[in-house]
Amino acid sequence: MKAARFEFISPTTVDEAVRLIGEDGAKAASGFQSLGPMLNLRLAQPRLVVGLTRIPELRAIDEDADRVVYGAAITHAEIEDGRVPDPTGGILPAVARGIAYRAVRNRGTIGGSLAHADPAADWATVLAALGGRVRIAGPRGVRAVEAADLPRGAFSPALDDDELIAAVDVPRPGPAARWAYRKVSRKIGEFSEAMSAAYSDPDNGILRVVVGATDSRPIVVPDAAALLDGGRTAQETIDALALGDDPVLTRLRATVLQRTVDGLEPISEQTA
Amino acid sequence: MSRTEAQKWGVGASIRRKEDDRLLRGRGRFIGDMQAAGQVEAAFLRSPVAHGEIRGLTVPEGLRDSVFQIDDMAGVRAIRSGMSVPGYQVSEQPVLAHRRVRFVGEPVAVCIAPTRAEAEDGVAALGLDVEDLPILADVEAALAEDAPALHDGWAGNRFAEIDIDGDLSAAEHDAAVAVRRRFRLARQCMMPLEGKGCLAEWDRQRGQLVLWTSTQMPHPVRAGLAECLNLPQSRIRVVAPDVGGGFGWKGLLQPEEVVIAWLAMHLDRPVKWLEDRREHLTAAANCREQSYEVTAYADRDGRLLGLDATVHVDNGAYSIYPFSAGLEASQISTLLPGPYDLPAYRARCIAVGTNKPPLAPYRGVGRPGACFATELMIDAVAHELGLDPYDVRLRNLVRPDQMPFRNIVGKHFDMGDYPESLRRARALIGDADIRARQAAGEADGRRIGIGYATFCEQGASGPQAYQALGLPMVPGAEFCQARLTPDGGLDIRIGGQSHGQSLETTLAQIASEVLGVDPANVDIVHGDTATSPYSTGTFGSRSAVMMGGAVAAACEALAEPLKRIGAHLLQAPEDAVAIAEGRIVAGTASISIAEVAAAFYSAPAGLPATLTAESLDLTAGYRPEADTGTFSYATHAAVVAVDTQTGIVEIVDYVVVEDGGVLINPMVVDGQIVGGTAQGIGTTLYEEVPFDRQGQPLASTLADYVLPGAAEVPDIRIAHMETPSPHTRFGQKGIGEGGAVAPPAAITNAVNDALRDLGVWIGETPITPHRLLSALARSEQEAGA
Repeated sequence: MKAARFEFISPTTVDEAVRLIGEDGAKAASGFQSLGPMLNLRLAQPRLVVGLTRIPELRAIDEDADRVVYGAAITHAEIEDGRVPDPTGGILPAVARGIAYRAVRNRGTIGGSLAHADPAADWATVLAALGGRVRIAGPRGVRAVEAADLPRGAFSPALDDDELIAAVDVPRPGPAARWAYRKVSRKIGEFSEAMSAAYSDPDNGILRVVVGATDSRPIVVPDAAALLDGGRTAQETIDALALGDDPVLTRLRATVLQRTVDGLEPISEQTA
Repeated sequence: MSRTEAQKWGVGASIRRKEDDRLLRGRGRFIGDMQAAGQVEAAFLRSPVAHGEIRGLTVPEGLRDSVFQIDDMAGVRAIRSGMSVPGYQVSEQPVLAHRRVRFVGEPVAVCIAPTRAEAEDGVAALGLDVEDLPILADVEAALAEDAPALHDGWAGNRFAEIDIDGDLSAAEHDAAVAVRRRFRLARQCMMPLEGKGCLAEWDRQRGQLVLWTSTQMPHPVRAGLAECLNLPQSRIRVVAPDVGGGFGWKGLLQPEEVVIAWLAMHLDRPVKWLEDRREHLTAAANCREQSYEVTAYADRDGRLLGLDATVHVDNGAYSIYPFSAGLEASQISTLLPGPYDLPAYRARCIAVGTNKPPLAPYRGVGRPGACFATELMIDAVAHELGLDPYDVRLRNLVRPDQMPFRNIVGKHFDMGDYPESLRRARALIGDADIRARQAAGEADGRRIGIGYATFCEQGASGPQAYQALGLPMVPGAEFCQARLTPDGGLDIRIGGQSHGQSLETTLAQIASEVLGVDPANVDIVHGDTATSPYSTGTFGSRSAVMMGGAVAAACEALAEPLKRIGAHLLQAPEDAVAIAEGRIVAGTASISIAEVAAAFYSAPAGLPATLTAESLDLTAGYRPEADTGTFSYATHAAVVAVDTQTGIVEIVDYVVVEDGGVLINPMVVDGQIVGGTAQGIGTTLYEEVPFDRQGQPLASTLADYVLPGAAEVPDIRIAHMETPSPHTRFGQKGIGEGGAVAPPAAITNAVNDALRDLGVWIGETPITPHRLLSALARSEQEAGA
C-alpha cells in the first residue's frame, strides 16, 4: 500500500496550476483525503500530482450582500470552526462538523470534495440543495456551473482534464428560508448509506430537495413541491428516481427523505 | 511488610501504567520504528484467486535477483501443525505457495528493494499465471459430495471433527419444549492497531538468526522457525519489541516470518516486512466464522434438560502453528454447556477446510460464538415457554452451593456465585426502569430492548486442559528470572510478551507485593528468547496467573538470600529478620536491599563464604496445583435502542459484573474489560469481511470494514465481585478475553427483545442495518402472507 512513483509540484498561481494539470498524466490534489488512499492503493497512478493548497487565490474568501465565495482549498475544519464567514446562518458549519472525522476535516477541502464527486459526500448534496455555484478555472478562463450540475456520475465531475475548481459560491438565504439535512451511516464519520437535503427559500424562489448517496450522483428531486405538500410520498418519490433494485436500501432512502421533509424548519431553529 | 506500602504499590493498587510514559508520548519502539543498517524491505506477491494451480511466474530481467519463490528456498520446510484428535487431517502450508494457491492473499513470491514502495513496484511487474480450480467458498461448498480435496490425500474437507456423545433420549422424552435455532458469526479481522511485521538479521558474531517480530509468543515462534529452517533453536533469537495489540493474530508462526528470516540468512543482510492494512483485511481475514444448529430441551419451568448442537467452523485453508485448525471447534465442543447445570449434552463440531485465510484464535477463541449460541438459546427457550429469560437463566446457572462443580463435559468450575453476577447486573442496569421505559415507548419511535448473557471463562489453563483439546503445544509451568543489580535494582525476566496487557506494571506490582520495592525500580524484561526463560507466551488469559505466579515465586526465592545476608549484616539471627518496604528488618534495625546487594556484589570480603555463594540472580518456576485453569465469570447486560426504519442499533447502556478473583491492578482489569467489550461490540454490530462465491474478500479497506469508534462504544459500567481463586498465588483469575465473549450474546438478546413483538429474531452477526431491515421486511411479508 505504497504509492507508485510520481512527481509532485505545488504551484502558487491558478494559471500555473491549470497549465500543469493539462499535462499528460497529471492529477490535481488538494487535501489528499481521497486521492491519498487511492494513490496508496495504486488505484490512481498519475505521473504528476499538482498540489493546490499553496495557491493564495484558492485560499481566498470573497463576501458580498448576496453570497460568500470560498476558495476551493478552504478546509472543512475552517468552515466547521467558523474561521471563514458563513452566509447560511449555521448550515455550513453544521454540515462540516458531520463530515468524516476531525483528522479528515483538518485536511480535506470543499473544492477537493466536489472534484472527487463521491455521491455520498456531504458538500455535493448540500450545495446542490442550497443553490451553490462552482467556479471552474481552465485555459480559457473561469466558468461557473450550478453545484447540482457538477457531478456527471459517481466520481465523475464535469471537469475537463485541464480544469480545476477555483471557488465555491454559496448564496445567502432569505429571512424565511427553511432547511433540513439528514443522513444515515453505519457509524459516526463513515460514508452515508442514505442522505437527503431540503431547502426552501421563498424570498429567492427556491424550493429544492436533493437525494444523495446514490450510485451515480446526487439527484435533484423533480417535483419537490408535491413531496413537501404531501401530494407525493417519500417512498413514491424515491421509487420514481429508480435508484436501484435493493428493496431495503430503497426503503431506507425513503425513510431518510421523509425525515428530511419532516425536519424542514427555519434555519435559525435548526442551528441554534 | 506493612499493608500501607502494599496498598500503595502492590496487589490491588490501581497504579498508573509504567509503559504509558513511552507509549502515550508516541515513544514506543515498534517494528515500524526499527531500521537496520543495509536493510531491504520486502513486499509479497499474493494470490489473486481463492483456488488455483500456478502455471508460472514471469519475472522481468531486472528483478531476477530480487524476487524469490518457493523453489529458490531449498531446504525450507512447510508449516505443519497437527492435533492429537483422532482423524485429524494435517495440512502442509508452504511459506510461499508451492504449485497451488488456496486463498486470496496467500503469499506466492517475495520481492525485495531498498524501500517498500519499490518492492511493491517489483511485485506489480510480476506476471502470475494461475489456472482456476473449483472454489470451496464456504462450508457448504467444501462439504459437498463432489467437492475437490483442499489438500492432496485428504478424504473430505475436514481438518477435524470433535464429537461429544451424549444420551438425549430422556431429555427428548421429558421435555415440554424442544427449541431449534441456527446461529452464525461472520468472518472478521482482529485488527490490532499495529499490524504484523518483522525484521530479520543474521548476527555474524553469535552465528545466530535474529528475528524482531511483532509477536505475542517469541519462544513458540522460535520453535516453529527452527523447524521450518531446520536450525537448532539455539541458533535463533526471536525478539518482540513494543507490540501494538495482538488478540491472537500475533500468536502464531506466520509464513512471512519464515520467508523474511530465510531472506536475511540467504542474502546476509537485514530484511524487513510490515503488514499493511490491505494485507491484513484480505490475507488475515481470519477469525470467528462459524455456524451452529442447536436444539435445546427444557421442562415447562425452563429448566434445561439437554442440548444438542452441530457446529461448523470455517477454518480456511491451513492448520496454523502452533494452535492447529481444531482449537476453535474443540473449544466450542466443551463450551456450549456454558455456566449451566446441564444434564444431557451432545455435540458435533466440525473444522472445515475452505479457500479462505487460515482461521486463527481471536480474543476469546470459541467462547464468543459458543456464548452467543447458548445465551440466545436461553432467551429462545424462555420465550417459547412464556417465561422471563432472566428467570430461566437464573434457574439453570450452577449455584454456589454446588461448587466446586464438575459440569457435563468435565470442566471443573472451582468456585463462585454465578447467579449473583446475574442478579447484580440486573440491579445495576436498572431492569425495572428499562422495562417501564420500554412499555412507555420512546418519543423518537425507537424500540428499547434489554439483553443478558452470563458466561464463565476458563483462563490460565494448564497442561490437562490443553492436552484435552489435543493441542500440539501444551503450556506447562511458567518461569521467571529475578536478579538484583549491584545497586539494588530488581530485574525481572519473563518469556511472555506484553502487548497491551500492562504486564510491565502488574508484574512489577507483584514483585512489589513480595519484596516491598517501588514498582518504579522494577524492570520487567520480556519478549526476547535471548534474555528470558522459556514461555509458551501471552495468550489464553494466562499471564496474570502464570507469569504473575512465576514472578512471585522468583521474588520469594530472592527473599531468602536477602534475609540471610541482611541478618548477617544486621548481626541478627536469621529467623528474626523480615522484608518490609524494600528493607531487611530486624526489630528496630534495618538495612536496605540496595545495601545488601552492594555488600554481596562489591564488598563480599566481609561476608562468610556460605553467604557469598548465595545467588541474587535466580530462576524460579510456577505451576498451580490445579491445572484445570481459573474460572472467572461475568454477566453482561445491554440496553439498546433500535431504529426500525434505519436499522441502526444504539447501545444505550452496558453493564459488566465480573468476578476476576483478586485484581492485581483494578484499573488495568477495567481496561481489559472495556477493550474486550469494544471488540465484542465490533463483532456484534460492525465487523465483517464478506466473501463472494469466488472466494474474494469484499472488505479490503477500512471504508468497507467498519470498526466501532469512540462514538459507538458506550460508557461501560463495571462492577467486580472479587472472590479469590483457591488455586492461584494471590487468588487472581484470568480475565483478559472475557470482555469480548459476551457482547454478541447480550446485545443480540437485547435487539431481539426490542423487536420481539414484531416477530423478528436475529441469530447472526454482525447486525448491520441492512441485515436488520431485511429481517424486518421478511417478518412483515410473513405477517402479510
